[in-house]
Amino acid sequence: MDRPPNPQNTGVSTGTTILAVKFNGGVIIGSDSRASIGGSYVSNKMINKLIQVHDKIFCCIAGSLADAQAVTKMAKFQLSFHSIQMEAPPLVKAAASVLKELCYNNREELQAGFITAGWDRKRGPQVYTVSMGGMLISQPFTIGGSGSTFIYGYADAKFKPDMSREECLQFTTNALTLAIGRDNVSGGVVHMVVITEDGVEHVVVPGDKLPKFHDE
Amino acid sequence: SEEEECEHQAESSSHSSDRTTIIAIAFEGGVVIGSDSRVSAGASVVNRVMNKLSPLHDKIYCALSGSAADAQTMAEIVNYQLDVHSIEVGEDPLVRSAATLVKNISYKYKEELSAHLIVAGWDRRAGGQVYVTLDGLLARQPFAIGGSGSSYIYGFVDAEYRQGMTKKDCQEFVVNALALAMNRDGSSGGVAYFVTIDKDGTDEKCILGNKLPTFFDE
Repeated sequence: MDRPPNPQNTGVSTGTTILAVKFNGGVIIGSDSRASIGGSYVSNKMINKLIQVHDKIFCCIAGSLADAQAVTKMAKFQLSFHSIQMEAPPLVKAAASVLKELCYNNREELQAGFITAGWDRKRGPQVYTVSMGGMLISQPFTIGGSGSTFIYGYADAKFKPDMSREECLQFTTNALTLAIGRDNVSGGVVHMVVITEDGVEHVVVPGDKLPKFHDE
Repeated sequence: SEEEECEHQAESSSHSSDRTTIIAIAFEGGVVIGSDSRVSAGASVVNRVMNKLSPLHDKIYCALSGSAADAQTMAEIVNYQLDVHSIEVGEDPLVRSAATLVKNISYKYKEELSAHLIVAGWDRRAGGQVYVTLDGLLARQPFAIGGSGSSYIYGFVDAEYRQGMTKKDCQEFVVNALALAMNRDGSSGGVAYFVTIDKDGTDEKCILGNKLPTFFDE
């Protein structure tokens, strides 16, 4: 099968929408499922952008898919080694830090940003953003990827601290659906992972079950 | 000298109001049209209280975005053309006529001009209407957003708009949307201007920065 022309030579990139939101007792991390080449060919309709780096820590990737996969592979290894040494599950901040070190030290070559979210015994549910240049900050919720520009207004308006699990699921699904509706390189299904003290639950909402807004 | 050259360059790099947020929404008996008030040239804000809502006729307004000079000139020309037209037909012009005049200029001078006007108003025949004229097309929509700040509020307006909103709902919708966009877009800010147009007249309002709605992180 011939690859379609890719004049910008961008490789496979995750033009994407990703987000992570803290709620009362846990976090939800979510993304769309589209991977595209050159912005005009969908190379994968059902890619999973939610990577499990440890039992209760997930991260999602935006930017060059190759870079993101390489970095997460290294981070997974470093974290599992770290948790053996510490004889305890790693902190979410540790996971985010590992990603940050990799992103910052290789910032000239890499083109990937991450959102890390999870639960640990010390600080409970947390959400961290590692930007493309290697900045690390903790926030109550964060959005990323090309589709995120369209939902800044929605997220600012609708986010409330300490939501319930159901409210948070609704918020995340709505936000991703709205972004998919406006961004042509985001699409497919909505993947979400709900992480709490009790465990990890993967929720998938297929395209035809997404909420519909006024013009559909 | 070097200093003078830098200043001159900053000014001539179009006092662009593409760096802006504009919005218009129609309700049963009229429209609400709104904008932010920032005009920036590069990193500098050259006017923090510019009103980007320009009257084309008594009950028809347009919101300016893109190059400020182009947009203002287009609005002035259409204002003149509409005056002539309304004398010829002997009554108030239709909103669609105003939008068509704007579209004609946009389309004919597509290559030279870079401005996008949203036209909104009320007329006896079709009530409240909102038209977009981007790049020379003419389309009627229930609501429209434009300018650089509009990217950030697509999700919000898609989620919040419902059919059958009242005048008050629409005013809140416009002010909330503007506030959200101004918070996220570096090129939008200042105060929020909005105009409500219905059969009884036009009502211009300005909401100062510290009276705008605030959200969870403020």
